[in-house]
Amino acid sequence: MQEQQNEYIISSDQSVALNLKELWTYRELFYFFTWRDVKVKYKQTALGVIWVVLQPVLTVAIFTFFFGRALQVPSGGLPYTIFVFSGLLLWNFFSASVNAAGNSMITNAPIIKKIYFPRIIIPVASLLVSGVDFLIAFVVYLVALFYYHVHIDVLLMIIYWPIAVFLLLIGTMGISCWLAALSVKYRDFRYVIPFGLQIALFMSPVIYPASIIHYRWINYVLALNPMYAAINFFRMPLMDAGTDLVLMTISCVSTVLFMIAGVFYFKKTEAFFADIA
Amino acid sequence: MKPILQIQNISKLFQLHHRGLPYLSLRDRIAGVFRKGEELEEFWALKDVSFSVEPGESVGIIGRNGAGKSTLLKILSRITPPTKGRIVVQGRIASLLEVGTGFHQELSGRENIYMNGSILGMKKWEINKRFDEIVDFAGVDKFLDTPLKHYSSGMQLRLAFAVAAHLEPEILVIDEVLAVGDSEFQKKCLRKMEDVSGQGRTVLFVSHNLPSLKAICRTGVLLQEGRVVKQGSIDEVIDEYNSFHREFESIASSIHYYQQVIQVRDVRINDSSNNSVVMEDETLRIALDIEFMKRTPFELDVHLKQQEAPIASYANFVSKDVRVFEAGSYRMEYVMNLPKLRSGKYKLDLFFTEPFASWFAVSENIIDVEVINGDHHTFLNNPSLKWGSVLLNGTVDIRKVI
Repeated sequence: MQEQQNEYIISSDQSVALNLKELWTYRELFYFFTWRDVKVKYKQTALGVIWVVLQPVLTVAIFTFFFGRALQVPSGGLPYTIFVFSGLLLWNFFSASVNAAGNSMITNAPIIKKIYFPRIIIPVASLLVSGVDFLIAFVVYLVALFYYHVHIDVLLMIIYWPIAVFLLLIGTMGISCWLAALSVKYRDFRYVIPFGLQIALFMSPVIYPASIIHYRWINYVLALNPMYAAINFFRMPLMDAGTDLVLMTISCVSTVLFMIAGVFYFKKTEAFFADIA
Repeated sequence: MKPILQIQNISKLFQLHHRGLPYLSLRDRIAGVFRKGEELEEFWALKDVSFSVEPGESVGIIGRNGAGKSTLLKILSRITPPTKGRIVVQGRIASLLEVGTGFHQELSGRENIYMNGSILGMKKWEINKRFDEIVDFAGVDKFLDTPLKHYSSGMQLRLAFAVAAHLEPEILVIDEVLAVGDSEFQKKCLRKMEDVSGQGRTVLFVSHNLPSLKAICRTGVLLQEGRVVKQGSIDEVIDEYNSFHREFESIASSIHYYQQVIQVRDVRINDSSNNSVVMEDETLRIALDIEFMKRTPFELDVHLKQQEAPIASYANFVSKDVRVFEAGSYRMEYVMNLPKLRSGKYKLDLFFTEPFASWFAVSENIIDVEVINGDHHTFLNNPSLKWGSVLLNGTVDIRKVI
């Protein structure tokens, strides 16, 4: 229609570069996929959107009770509720996205087999769906901050929160795309992902501060986790997380590498999704 | 003028795993490290296919099942890449390999129009602009805010086609989506498609429905085993398709014997002894030359099937006494009046039986019947019907030859 003389070539060589111009022309499809999944997610649930609020509140309550009260996990001077909430807020986004994205290519296989669009829209839409939950949980989080009269360093907040969210987004996107592509090829990942996420929860500084681990080499390994930097940055305006510059750098670099590798692997295999999905 | 579509030496290779699953499990991959060279069967779905399409041309793509039609459409739609070759496209391709792609049962009709339209490549403002037309075409205005799962299958289909019919790409690629829907709606869709091809839009259309191909397309491409064997005007291509259709094996040689009580010398259906029959009216004539080795009770059972489901059958013994034949050769001519059938492909199975007792011989899944019928109307075209639900009329004329 509008692109009247728009010549293009269909051939066997597949570019692994993200075609941003093409993604831009398909921008509405991001919206429609996200919108569809958000609608479907809460249709036919009696409590509907209340679940979005209830889920983080309940998890935070449970974690506070067991880890904060019963096990007395240190929380760097913060009320444990706020401490664990700041970790879970990011973690839940990561975990929900990876879970949904991992299955997304298979649940959308009927569409993939019948029509072309940039495939990366599908895992990214899973991220956006979790993003909606994230925003609502974020509002609840702000309310909790006021309720507990937490002292926030506003300047640090303006600097570190955007960095944390940015790292969260690219880390989640990289891992989501990578797992989405792998699940098409190896159906085992449907079972691997939930286990992996459980292990990763304990390897991320969600329920404990990163500073309580004193073995240097374990810290190096844990810092490879993209969530390490995101969560620590996110907590910086609230507490002195006692973070190590080297470890934070390792985690940031690792996050960027996950992003590049994940998207690269996805682009490399996407052409054959329709044949094997 | 430059061709709108140049298909240059397209080939597509599929590697078939003998275990059947197209995807791998991790275990296989890990095992594969130790056990090199799992046997993969190579299958060329398309071999060196080239043709070009001028702007405004409407091309019918014809071929038997497995000739590579769907693969070609998938490559054109960019769903799967070619193994070799390239296609140069000028303009936007919209493909309709299925109606209702992306429909979600939990969403309302209105929401599905947006979702489906958007997946098919329409912009939101385009959908807004045509929204009323789409609803009108589908005739679902009362149910717009009802979830799709409460729609009848016919309504879902109408809605899906209505969205698709309002696409306005430069090139429209359509796979047999018209094979569904009630006759009234089919006609409406055909008219809409004729409009589309009449407006100077380029259409590539795959169908087994020869009359609708004739109505919509001016030129055709005939595929056989992944190669282009003929291209030209649609009439020439359809003639070629019908003629190579006739070259297949004779029915008599395809018969599988269970008991050597009879010997079927020749079977001719509508005066042709090969296994591909084209019917232009409702009369089915089956002539048999049979030799009985001994005194035998015998009857012929005929089942007409579509998609593996018998839709009509002829079994004379249900209403008459069992006929018993003395040893010798006989010529039997059956004439059956079929109900009015929708154009399309059917299979005819012949069972040579001892009534209520056993099968002597069977010719199953061998005979292709192609019905070419101007009218698309029938209530019979329902695969859920059991065989025998329609009993056919017929007469038999039997003469002892020797």
